[in-house]
Amino acid sequence: MTKPMDQIGWREIDAGAVITEPGNASCYHTGTWRSQKPKYDSNICIRCWRCFVMCPDAAISPNFDKNIFTWNYDYCKGCGICAYECPVDAITMEED
Amino acid sequence: MGRKVGVEVSIAAADAVGLCDVDVVAAYPITPQTHVVEHLSELCASGSLDAEFVPVESEHSAMSVCCGSAAAGARTFTATSSQGLALMAEIVFIASSMRLPIVMFLANRALSSPLSIWNDHSDTMMVRDSGWIQVFCENGQEVYDAVFHAFRVAEDARVSLPVMINVDGFNLTHVIEPIEFWTKDMTQKYLPEFKPIHRLYPDKVVTMGAFGMPEIYTEAKMAQNDALLKSFPVIKQGWNELADLTGRKYSPVEMYKTEDAETIILGMGSICETATLAVDQMRDQGKKAGLVKLRLWRPLPVDDIKKALAGAKDVLVLDRAVSFGAANAPVTSEIRAIMYHESNRPNIHNVIAGLGGRDVTPDHIIEMLEMALADKTRGYNIFGVRS
Ligand code: SF4
Ligand code: SF4
Repeated sequence: MTKPMDQIGWREIDAGAVITEPGNASCYHTGTWRSQKPKYDSNICIRCWRCFVMCPDAAISPNFDKNIFTWNYDYCKGCGICAYECPVDAITMEED
Repeated sequence: MGRKVGVEVSIAAADAVGLCDVDVVAAYPITPQTHVVEHLSELCASGSLDAEFVPVESEHSAMSVCCGSAAAGARTFTATSSQGLALMAEIVFIASSMRLPIVMFLANRALSSPLSIWNDHSDTMMVRDSGWIQVFCENGQEVYDAVFHAFRVAEDARVSLPVMINVDGFNLTHVIEPIEFWTKDMTQKYLPEFKPIHRLYPDKVVTMGAFGMPEIYTEAKMAQNDALLKSFPVIKQGWNELADLTGRKYSPVEMYKTEDAETIILGMGSICETATLAVDQMRDQGKKAGLVKLRLWRPLPVDDIKKALAGAKDVLVLDRAVSFGAANAPVTSEIRAIMYHESNRPNIHNVIAGLGGRDVTPDHIIEMLEMALADKTRGYNIFGVRS
């Protein structure tokens, strides 16, 4: 895994700032942008998967053992799309 | 050694591109670049050049095609001029920052408005800070030789940067000159196969031109500047080996009668040939005049310039573009900056001449020099302007 961006010196950058390792965006934690945090209520959730599909940062994943969705706050940037899209208001945005 | 023929410089340049076995040519016709592209399209159509000729709908597309082509690992060429360069400018900066070794023939022409199809350097100065290697030529043979050199330097894995060959519109593009052609053997000896550092190919996936956050943009620009500076020895090596092959020696800075010169004229491009005659005339009159020809504009050969100008009392810089509202015209700006900290710095005079195709003769250059030496303000002078 490549280093996080703010630790890369200029000599380490590939010619033309080419990215040679697929998926290195995962080094960047968009969670640091967040001012609001989605709060999930599994009792209301109807498991429609809409939040999972819509999250722009792939921060939501299913936990099949527990039959719930879980949030990865390293990547959740607090955009609120999941809360907006949830048809039964199982997600609410709270101050982080 | 190849044969020497009388040929139009644009046609010779296109023949050189053909001899380099270019893979992709993407260009849009614009005066005075047209003959280069026309001749390349003829070479492709006749089957004598096995290249993809992409007749794009604009210069913006031309440079975009060139980026894709070079990224895929193909030897790539384009040619443009003035407004065409202005239209492609967005992608010109992208080509260099993505380190794509494209060769461009730029027929130097004034920018509109008023609309002018004639020669000056305002087009190339517009992309001065684009990160391309920028080379100037004085005559047809230099233009022809520059094509081979450009491909070799651009594609060298130590460089991997685009190269712009500046050719004064009409003054050079449309003149017929005796040019010694290269042979296929010479070309193959001089120009190795293009092996890109990175390329778009499914065997190894890469992302080119990705998003750069504030955390990385500064480092990316530092790396880009470093790459351009480090191209300098490779450019020189390319010229040295070209000399071994052809007997013609090119340098980043070339001197003419400067050994004991008190007054030095400095210029770029075809105006240097005119200035050579002016220097000869002044020498005949016993004046200690010399000429410094700046062949390499980017990366700027700072130490060579210092050395070339060290002994002079006065230097007259001939600029062929206006930098509106600035303290100096573009070339003068650099020369003054370079010499500022030198203990024995000469007086550096600035004259802008030959805008939009206005003819400059040897007598004019002598007159400019007299005018500049008499002007104690060392201001920002446009020569020959009617009041
Ligand atoms: S707030 Fe935005 S980023 Fe966070 S989980 Fe919801 S959709 Fe994804
Ligand atoms: S959108 Fe709402 S109901 Fe659908 S899975 Fe996500 S939280 Fe559950």
